[in-house]
Amino acid sequence: MTFDRAMVAHIAELAKLQLSDEESERFAAQLSDILAYAERLQALDTEAIPPTASVLPLRNVLRPDVVEPSLPRGEALANAPDSADGQFRVDAILDSEGGAA
Amino acid sequence: MLTDLTLSEAQAALRAGTITAVALTQAHLERIRALEPDLHAYLTVTEDLALQAAEEADRRRANGDDSPLLGIPLAIKDVLMTRGVPTTAGSRILEGFLPPYTATAVQRLLDAGAVMLGKTNTDEFAMGSSTENSGYGPTRNPWDVACVPGGSSGGSAAAVAARLALGALGTDTGGSVRQPASFCGVCALKPSYGRVSRYGVIAFASSLDQVGVFGRSAADLAALLGVIAGHDPRDGTSMTLPVPDYAAALTGDIRGLRVGVPREYFVEGVQPAVEKTVRAAIDQLAALGAEVRPISLPHTEYALPIYYLIAPSEASANLARFDGVRYGLRDAQGALWPTYKATRGKGFGPEVKRRIMLGTYALSAGYYDAYYLKAQKVRTLIRQDFDRAFAEVDLIAAPTTPATAFRIGEKADDPLAMYLSDTLTLSASLAGIVGASVPCGFDENGLPIGLQIIGPAFDEPTVLRAADAYQRVTSWHSRRPPL
Amino acid sequence: MPAYEAVIGLEVHAELETASKMFCACAVVDSTSAEPNTVTCPVCLGMPGALPVVNQRAVEMGLRVGLALNCAIPPFSQFARKSYFYPDLPKGYQISQYEYPLAINGWLEIDLPDGMTKRVRIRRAHLEEDTGKLTHTDGHSLVDLNRAGVPLLEIVSEADLRSAEEAEIYARKLVAILRYLGVNSGDMSKGVLRIEPNISVRPVGSSEFRTRTEIKNLNSIRSLARASAYEIERQIALWEAGGQVQQATLGWDEARQVTVVQRVKESADDYRYFPEPDLPVLEIGPAWVEDVRMGLPELPDARRDRFMGQFGLSRYDAAVLVAEQAVAAYFEAAVTAGGDPKGVANYLTGEVFRLMNSEGRDRQDIGAIRLTPPALAALVTLVRQGTITHGVARQLVETLYAAGGDPAALVAAHGLAQVSDADVLGEAVARTLDAHPGEVARYLAGEEKLLKFLMGLVMRELRGQADAQVVARLLAAQLAQRRG
Repeated sequence: MTFDRAMVAHIAELAKLQLSDEESERFAAQLSDILAYAERLQALDTEAIPPTASVLPLRNVLRPDVVEPSLPRGEALANAPDSADGQFRVDAILDSEGGAA
Repeated sequence: MLTDLTLSEAQAALRAGTITAVALTQAHLERIRALEPDLHAYLTVTEDLALQAAEEADRRRANGDDSPLLGIPLAIKDVLMTRGVPTTAGSRILEGFLPPYTATAVQRLLDAGAVMLGKTNTDEFAMGSSTENSGYGPTRNPWDVACVPGGSSGGSAAAVAARLALGALGTDTGGSVRQPASFCGVCALKPSYGRVSRYGVIAFASSLDQVGVFGRSAADLAALLGVIAGHDPRDGTSMTLPVPDYAAALTGDIRGLRVGVPREYFVEGVQPAVEKTVRAAIDQLAALGAEVRPISLPHTEYALPIYYLIAPSEASANLARFDGVRYGLRDAQGALWPTYKATRGKGFGPEVKRRIMLGTYALSAGYYDAYYLKAQKVRTLIRQDFDRAFAEVDLIAAPTTPATAFRIGEKADDPLAMYLSDTLTLSASLAGIVGASVPCGFDENGLPIGLQIIGPAFDEPTVLRAADAYQRVTSWHSRRPPL
Repeated sequence: MPAYEAVIGLEVHAELETASKMFCACAVVDSTSAEPNTVTCPVCLGMPGALPVVNQRAVEMGLRVGLALNCAIPPFSQFARKSYFYPDLPKGYQISQYEYPLAINGWLEIDLPDGMTKRVRIRRAHLEEDTGKLTHTDGHSLVDLNRAGVPLLEIVSEADLRSAEEAEIYARKLVAILRYLGVNSGDMSKGVLRIEPNISVRPVGSSEFRTRTEIKNLNSIRSLARASAYEIERQIALWEAGGQVQQATLGWDEARQVTVVQRVKESADDYRYFPEPDLPVLEIGPAWVEDVRMGLPELPDARRDRFMGQFGLSRYDAAVLVAEQAVAAYFEAAVTAGGDPKGVANYLTGEVFRLMNSEGRDRQDIGAIRLTPPALAALVTLVRQGTITHGVARQLVETLYAAGGDPAALVAAHGLAQVSDADVLGEAVARTLDAHPGEVARYLAGEEKLLKFLMGLVMRELRGQADAQVVARLLAAQLAQRRG
């Protein structure tokens, strides 16, 4: 598997990461190496093997529907780079790409 | 010197009234001031808070309080949230961030009377094996400041080794407490997945992350683990199993204990001094009455590729929240998506970006089955290896790392070589079982070597008992770095 | 031009009316009125280190809906992360369900206008968390996270609906069921219920699936119907003109009554789903399912059938009454108070609904009107006993609706009782005929339609309180005399 520059650009877009040209080039090479190393997994027959999503035997871990106090708004907003009128403020969405579900 | 006490010794002295928490805390703060310029183990030293807590501890003790960690100065890895105290996970993207809440594990230490000295350095978001990936500069190894302390909990390991704290919390996702403990000549234990709450641990790989403890003896580890372990209703993956009395497990008796030595952990690439020293340590266990026998963990070679697919995949989602909207860095560009990209491009360091890229790719349409799902299936095979092994043996003994600490910068440009330094700790993380590292000697350059003791899920008592028994007849854990 | 049919599936997002959020203990509040960002915590703010824990009540509500929609409840259910970036999505992923949803393979039967019924298949219902809300201002957007983490049930139908009308009927029925179950108010204007149709069209008889569009931000079922009808026509016109429908997400412009393109989908979204490692799986065994099933209330169809059998109502009347749980309850209360079922049904679906409509009052609020069920029952009984006329009864409904009170007392106080005394009525008939000699003459000359006019005059003379049958008999007799 070679991880080419086009794939780097595509994945960086999905991950919302701005990469410099130098980074893109380096990542293309390094990710190719890592994926090549991971290829050895393909040699294993795992047809009948269930995946491990969790090592724990836990089931049905549920919380009673009980309300507890929320954070004061000041604390919720305290770390925000920008806020106004009790809300987080962000730059306007100018393009439609990469949007909501 | 007060800073030379082990945690257990300090507990006894505080109880006996021969020392005060304030004196003990001040001694540590003074040593931090003296050595930090060379080591950079801490990202934040909370001097005022520490002294207040120490005064409070002395007051409480005067009033008859005997909480388990009352007045014990500890260091906390900076991936654990601490209310009102800067928490960065070693990342520039969280510079200046003040959490509105405290991680459960930290809160339990504080509730038990512990004194927090500060927050320790870490590879950014716990991604790394050297602490060189910290956005705030590397920590140095107390045994040789030209070398790395390991990682990602390198700051905590270095602080405990250099006597800048009696004990510390770290986190371990693929070896991040065991590997730096080995490099720094201290003790560390990664509990079973589900043993300690992850609430308030800045997530790297959620199915692997676990809070670990550092100390200078197995008894220290037992004391810390006993306080932080146990069910937390805020973490759906924390087990409700009762917490055993870990200190009571330290009987010194390991006669008849079956110890397996996996042949796959002594393959080429393991430094000769490491193999020789670890085998000597295993002989020591045999001399104490353990039944040592060879075993096989046949899928060990797959642990690295599995880990480097699963952990980055989970990380790619866990790190999506760092978007500059609610907290952290924002590099405003006047439009939303350019701002997101610039913020994340600037705020994350190279290793974090590399892993986000890798994980995003492994989860993306068309590749999920070949990478993420495949890795999860082979992860099952790794678990089955251990299930079979633990049907025959009680514990597994092996090197913690293939080699001793490397020099700063040595592997910085070769991520795969860096990843390979984790190979021997990854399997226990993937299986969610117990892993500890205890000092067992030094290589020809005077760098520490660690013995890894692996036990079945939730059998921390047996792992600690073996480590303690070993330390009762050896003194490697008491060696001080030449600072 | 060939005849076209629509192919419509509905994706419904229903907020569940739990006390606390899906994965944290913050209260669920009316996000249209609460002060922004006053019900948030580390979990729903997506703070580093915070972890979700599943709200048991939300799972139970999801199961209730699943069972009410005749779904199978798989023994294994799993949450998954759905990754995409947006400022209203704090974690950069939504905790949802993907491969293993809570409920699958159900159906909902709807009554079509032609009297037929149709089963609409339900593909799945799964639990997830809501997003926050964005407000766009000049050059910026503001983010309120009160709604972030509110439990949502996404209910996805198969594309079994063939017209805008069917979509509307399905939506109304689904909303009725959600209300019966006590899980959602159905208030689309507040966004607690969001219905998004995906629509394509094809020539009747064809089994192909053409490019579809999806319509968002519909704030009522009426809008759903109108937007769907508009979109169907738009697509037919496009195909007929030799054009192509473009895959897109559309918005409904309420003011202009047109659909507008919000976003064109050039390639499939890549949400990078994977199992949520922070949440253990759900195992919902038969015992749990039965437990939930036992706790289900009587649902609209069952109640409709019971109303038909027990009270002899027509299917139409019964269906109208059960469509709103509060109306059905009101009806049953009036019947229990002694009202004749058909009479109660008539006044309820006639006069009472008319009065509520004229006030813009929602039928679900029927419990709050001043006309109480026992009063309506008493009124119906007064009519049935012949004490008052239908005309008086209609006036009384208005009075009672406006001010409340006891019908019998009002009848007594205002002398509204029906007059059936032949002497009294006979005098009134004679008076009326004497006063209108011209009309009488024309009637007698053969202009028979004037009978109705004369009848009306007599009834008016008697202020509507007369027994109409007696009046008609007396009028005919006296006219016959005058002819003679």
